[in-house]
Amino acid sequence: MNVGRPIGAETSVGARRAMMLIMHRELCLSFRRPEQLLQPLVFFLIVTTLFPLGLSVQLSLLRDMAPGVLWVAALLSSLLSLDSLFKNDADDGTLEQLALSGQSLATIVIAKTLAHWLVSGAALVLVSPVVAIGLNIPVSAFATMLLGLALGTLTLSWLGAIGAGLTVGLRRGNVLLSLIVLPLAMPLLIFGAGATDRAISGTSAAGALYFLASLCVFTSTLAPFAAAAALRIALD
Amino acid sequence: MGGYARFVWPCFGFACTVLAWNLWSARRFHAAARQRAGRTLAMSDEN
Amino acid sequence: MWTWFYRLASPPHVYRVAATLIPWFLTAAAFAIGYGAIAGLVFAPPDYQQGDAFRIIYVHAPSGWISMFAYSTMAVAGAIGLIWRIKMGHAVAAAVAPIGASFTVLALVTGSLWGRPMWGTYWAWDPRLTSELILLFLFAGVMSLRPAFEDSNRGDRAAALLSIVGVVNVPIIHYSVLWWNSLHQGATVAKLGKPSMPPSMLLPLLSMMLGFMCFFGAVLCMRLRGEVLNRERQATWVREAIKS
Repeated sequence: MNVGRPIGAETSVGARRAMMLIMHRELCLSFRRPEQLLQPLVFFLIVTTLFPLGLSVQLSLLRDMAPGVLWVAALLSSLLSLDSLFKNDADDGTLEQLALSGQSLATIVIAKTLAHWLVSGAALVLVSPVVAIGLNIPVSAFATMLLGLALGTLTLSWLGAIGAGLTVGLRRGNVLLSLIVLPLAMPLLIFGAGATDRAISGTSAAGALYFLASLCVFTSTLAPFAAAAALRIALD
Repeated sequence: MGGYARFVWPCFGFACTVLAWNLWSARRFHAAARQRAGRTLAMSDEN
Repeated sequence: MWTWFYRLASPPHVYRVAATLIPWFLTAAAFAIGYGAIAGLVFAPPDYQQGDAFRIIYVHAPSGWISMFAYSTMAVAGAIGLIWRIKMGHAVAAAVAPIGASFTVLALVTGSLWGRPMWGTYWAWDPRLTSELILLFLFAGVMSLRPAFEDSNRGDRAAALLSIVGVVNVPIIHYSVLWWNSLHQGATVAKLGKPSMPPSMLLPLLSMMLGFMCFFGAVLCMRLRGEVLNRERQATWVREAIKS
């Protein structure tokens, strides 16, 4: 089966319009099951609560570990929602139809990943101030935290798209997905938590934020093609 | 070893272990592959 | 002129060539490692700063180098399999993975034992150590992904793609000591121009590097023969090959 763009196919729908259509579809489907959207967010809230409860630390110490706790929780809850990126469509055959539609798989990946980020990563960023207050992060650090999380969750969505593409056909792909994505996400964690940490202690987080931005750009440009290649392997 | 013996010798010892494991594991892998190939050929001969 | 290269795509040829290479690699490895270890442990003078603890470099540096070389080999072999659909590429990639992972563990452990007397700690979350640890996780991911597929072709291609994605880590490991303030010392050997070690220390190190490379080649060939047999079980040439 020839997946991707068939040779000589003429598409009546341009790439940009196709992306809009696919994103619209993804968002509609996501909002039809609001509980599936809320679950990772609730997980995020619960995990960030576990740390202060488990360690019973004073507020000042909590502030020190807050960036790390925040970012690890963000990472783990993002992983939870990544599994559904391609799986539902792969199970009912929609993915094959999309692949045969004449649009390039990369276009499809971009649309699906961005839609996924909007409902998972962006939602996480919006919820993060609540969590930050619980972790005693000062309000002065919020801007850095929000920007860092926005860049970080987007990067994570791209990395997750690669992992999800590689594991889409597997029965117990969940654990393997985490095993694949987490090592790739470690630099992200280091710089993201580092940026928030610097903002809390008052020093300039610019360097770390620039690095996060460059990671985001790097993955945004290359990940769609890697994920498309992964899907091609799964669909062939 | 100037007082560092308890760090230097375990390092070299572990290095020997890793090298030995690599040799042993590769041999075993090849031997198992040969056995499996032999079985496959024997089964196809029966048919 | 390039026939020797094209023949490497042929499984029976690879099986034979690997067999002939193994004894040469092993002999060279034995001599190089033998000289390197003895000269490094006995004849090299102690370092003026680190004393005799610096001798750990004779296993630590080569193993670190091999871990990076192995991952790169795995990524390149996987790419050859993925792009040009040459099955022997996937065979090499599958064979290299456990070898590379073992040398990564060796690098981490010897580094840890060296860190304790030098830095006072068995571990530090410093860029080079962290990226080497990430390398180990990447090996683990590739080795777990390949068998997860029922169709082994798919597994090979997915593993190849993952190893290519992860190869970005290898230059990070190498340049981490240059790009960040790292506990780990900078480049000693690979600097262009004069390396900062005297010959009495440098020659055993180079010999160990060479020895480890030859050993890597030998073990790779051994494993590769097993991989080739596993993948080509049904082929007709196998019958004669396994009799010998």
